[in-house]
Amino acid sequence: MQATSDEALIGRIATGDKVAMQVLFARHHVRVYRFVLRLVRDQTLAEDLISEVFLDVWRQAGKFEARSAVSTWLLAIARYKALSALRRRPDEELDEEAAAAIEDPGDDPEVALEKKDKGEILRKCLTALSPEHREIIDLVYYHEKSVEEVAEIVGIPENTVKTRMFYARKRLSELLKAAGVDRGWP
Amino acid sequence: MMTMNETERRDIEALLPWHAAGTLSRRDAQRVDAALRQDHDLARQFELVREELGETIHLNETLGAPSARAMERLLAGIEAEGAKGRKRRSFDLAAFIGERLTLFSPRTLAWSAVVGALAIMLQAGLLAEHYIGEPGVESPPAYKTASAPTTRSLAPAGGSYALIGFAPQASAADVTKFLEAHKASIVDGPKPGGLYRIQVSATALSKNDLADIVKQMQDEGKIVRFVAPTE
Repeated sequence: MQATSDEALIGRIATGDKVAMQVLFARHHVRVYRFVLRLVRDQTLAEDLISEVFLDVWRQAGKFEARSAVSTWLLAIARYKALSALRRRPDEELDEEAAAAIEDPGDDPEVALEKKDKGEILRKCLTALSPEHREIIDLVYYHEKSVEEVAEIVGIPENTVKTRMFYARKRLSELLKAAGVDRGWP
Repeated sequence: MMTMNETERRDIEALLPWHAAGTLSRRDAQRVDAALRQDHDLARQFELVREELGETIHLNETLGAPSARAMERLLAGIEAEGAKGRKRRSFDLAAFIGERLTLFSPRTLAWSAVVGALAIMLQAGLLAEHYIGEPGVESPPAYKTASAPTTRSLAPAGGSYALIGFAPQASAADVTKFLEAHKASIVDGPKPGGLYRIQVSATALSKNDLADIVKQMQDEGKIVRFVAPTE
C-alpha cells in the first residue's frame, strides 16, 4: 500500500481536511522542530514556532504550486519564522547565547577529548558553529536537501550555497583543530 | 586517464557534501565518483565529509521531539481560523453572486429584473389576498407562522433541497453552469464547512427522485466535493 503523497495531502488540506493536516504534521513535525530548535536553541519557542508553521500551511495550502517538495516549503516557512523570532529577542540574550556558543569548543571538547571520543567532539563543534553555518550543514546532511533546494530555503544563489557549505566545513575543521583534533584539512 | 584542472577540482570538492548525502543529479554523481577514483586527496576529504554527515545526523537525532502541546496549539489555531473563515466565506458569497451577474448580458439582466419585479408583484398579490382574505374564510395554517424567526432560512416554503460543497478548483462560472444545468439555486449558506443549501426543485420530490438528482450532482466530481439531500 502506498502512502498518500505530501502533495495530495496539501490538496486535501486546501479543501479544509483536518485529518490530512494531522497526517502531514505527524509526517514532518519532528524534522521541522529539530531544524527550528537548532536555530533558536529554545524548546518552548521551537514548539510554538512549528505550530505556527503548520498553521501557515493550513492557511496557504491552496496557494502551494508544487514547484518544490512539500518538505522544502515547510523548512522555508520554518526558517522565516525562526529568524523573525530571533530578531524579536532582546540583544542581551543573543549576546549571551553567542558567548555560550563560543565557549563551547574551548571547554567541553577538551573534556571530551580526554574521553577520546572524536564523534562527541565533532558534535560539540557542530553545535558551536554560527547559525548560518549550522543551518546549511543541517539542511545538506540531515534534511538531505539538494543545492537547488537549499538555495530556495535560504534564499541565496546556488553558487553561494556551495561556497557557504565549503566555509562551514572549513570553520568546523578549525574548531576541531582548536579542540585538539587535526583532520589535516584544510 | 582524464586529469582535472584546479577549477574542476574545486567544483568537485564543493559537491562532496551532496554526494555523501546522495542528493546530486546522476550526472554530477558520476563526475564526483570519477574524480574520487583518480584523486586520493579528494577521496580522503570525502571520508571527512562522511564523518561530518554521520555526526550531524547523530546530533539531530538526539534533539528529541516536540511535546503534544505543539499539535494541540495547531488544532486550536485551526479551530480559531474556522470561525474567521466562516465570516470570510460570507463575503465570498457576495463576490460569487456579483461574478454570476457579470456573466449575463445587459439585455438578460434587464429581462431578469422585469421577471423579478413581476414575481414580487405576484407575491405581494398573494400576501394581500391572504391578509385581507375573504370574509368568513379562515387563513391556511401555514401563514400563521409569520412571526417565526426569519433567520432560519431564506428558502421559500415547499420544494426539495440539497446540501452542497463545491470543489476548491471550481470557478464561479463552473458553479453557475452547474446550477443552471440542474435547475438549482442557492438559498442558504455558507454553512460550517463551506456548505450551501440549494433548491433542486420548486416542488416536493419523492425521496427516490431527490436521490437521483443528488446522484447526478455527485457524478460531477470536478465541481462538487460533497452533496446530500436535506430538508
